[in-house]
Amino acid sequence: MSAKSMSTESMSAKGSSSVTVNLKVNNKAVTETCAANTTLDELLREQLGLSGTHIGCDTSQCGSCTVHFDGRAVKACTLLVAQCEGAEITTIEGLGTADNLHPMQAAFRECHGLQCGFCTPGMIMAAVDLVHQEETLDEQKIRKGLEGNICRCTGYHNIVRAVATAAKKMRN
Amino acid sequence: MYNFNYHRPTSIDEAVKQYDEAEDGQYLAGGHTLIPTMKQRLSAPTDLIDLSGIKAMQGITRSDDGAEKMLQIGALARHEEVASSPIVKSMVPVLSALAGGIGDAQVRNRGTLGGSVANCDPAADYPAAVLGLNAQLVTNRRSLDAEQFFMGMFETALDEGELLTSVHFPRPEAAAYVKFPNPASRYALVGLLVAKTNDGVRVAVTGAAPAVFRAAAMEAALTDDFSVSALDSILLPAGDMNSDMHASAEYRAHLCTVMAQRAVAAIVAQDQARARQVTSEVTSESTS
Ligand SMILES: Cc1cc2nc3c(=O)[nH]c(=O)nc-3n(C[C@H](O)[C@H](O)[C@H](O)COP(=O)(O)OP(=O)(O)OC[C@H]3O[C@@H](n4cnc5c(N)ncnc54)[C@H](O)[C@@H]3O)c2cc1C
Ligand code: FES
Ligand code: FES
Repeated sequence: MSAKSMSTESMSAKGSSSVTVNLKVNNKAVTETCAANTTLDELLREQLGLSGTHIGCDTSQCGSCTVHFDGRAVKACTLLVAQCEGAEITTIEGLGTADNLHPMQAAFRECHGLQCGFCTPGMIMAAVDLVHQEETLDEQKIRKGLEGNICRCTGYHNIVRAVATAAKKMRN
Repeated sequence: MYNFNYHRPTSIDEAVKQYDEAEDGQYLAGGHTLIPTMKQRLSAPTDLIDLSGIKAMQGITRSDDGAEKMLQIGALARHEEVASSPIVKSMVPVLSALAGGIGDAQVRNRGTLGGSVANCDPAADYPAAVLGLNAQLVTNRRSLDAEQFFMGMFETALDEGELLTSVHFPRPEAAAYVKFPNPASRYALVGLLVAKTNDGVRVAVTGAAPAVFRAAAMEAALTDDFSVSALDSILLPAGDMNSDMHASAEYRAHLCTVMAQRAVAAIVAQDQARARQVTSEVTSESTS
């Protein structure tokens, strides 16, 4: 069910089919009332207009909907808005701007780490978390770290190069 | 996904009460099995009881009471938390390696130990550790042995509304877990946990059959001779195993032996490394 067709049933002590949630999205406070079954990707795309978070499979497999939840990579299609009370969410729009790309975005461009670009926002969000978590990265660690993200175009080789390139810049 | 009433209790009692009062309630932990299932409309609870606010079900600690030191992990511990926990790494390192191999990074950032164990997916990794390491499962009502807990495919000893609150792992002498991952999902096509424990060698098999089980024939062979070759002639009966688009029962039976041998090889290598370390410590002491 989309967020637009949200239920308007009122809150009750017995739980509620609509929820009001306070969270931060890209550093901005957001208070949103939506149906309890609204997923985070629906909120981001349909209510907040942040369409950089892509929906590829909608079944938790492809990673194109990856965003950061309190700094860690998660699949927005597999998270209820209701579970985001108090959370800090960062999407690709919160990472850099067209004039001032995040080092990971710049490295994807430089290394040709994308073709159609559909998987790219999710790849970049997963890769940024990976660089933050791992003190050192080699090709094997990068490939393992991105197992949750599927790309149908590039064959992954240039994505791995981009992440390695960005990791060096991010650590400087 | 059909809509539902959402609850976020802060205590175990409150959660159980909300479950009991609901027409068709379900607990929500990490949601990485339940939400996909609800999206497919294979599950349509009237009420979702989100456990994430219950402090008493969180945390990883070492229990020092009693003769045996146990590793206590709250049911809400996320896979990533277990994989990176210094306490887990020092007490039961096999568990941190197992948790670090579940699904992918995003799944590990959300999925929980309790959700995986309560769900009892035939291909889940954690059940192999719970049974292989002889863990105790603590609920809001009682404490259960691993042997009593896993009943069948998606079937556990948990009663209607019973909450798994923590899992207690004794420290093994040595253990290794090796799985043949499904190349897409990373679930275990077959996963074997071999452990040397204070009540003997234990071998638990996940992925192969409707539920995790102990391989008595392998345990007996390894008790006589803890070596890779001790398993050369052991083939578990394929008749009891799952057959699907990923692997036939015969192939799974074959994989069981191969994965068990890899786990034994890993333990033998750990033992040798430890022995070398002891020797070099002794040598450096005597030369200093
Ligand atoms: C893409 C993908 C890949 C995956 N790969 C693997 C893999 O390689 N290996 C693997 O083992 N798993 C894998 N999983 C499953 C993952 O580990 C799940 O997180 C886990 O199985 C369920 O845990 P959860 O916390 O998400 O539970 P939920 O989805 O929240 O709950 C699952 C079930 O358990 C019940 N439940 C939850 N907590 C409790 C409790 N404390 N007491 C009683 N009942 C409870 C719920 O009511 C529900 O019925 C994968 C999942 C995905 C989406
Ligand atoms: S859209 Fe979320 S994982 Fe594919
Ligand atoms: S660039 Fe097209 S899917 Fe990755």
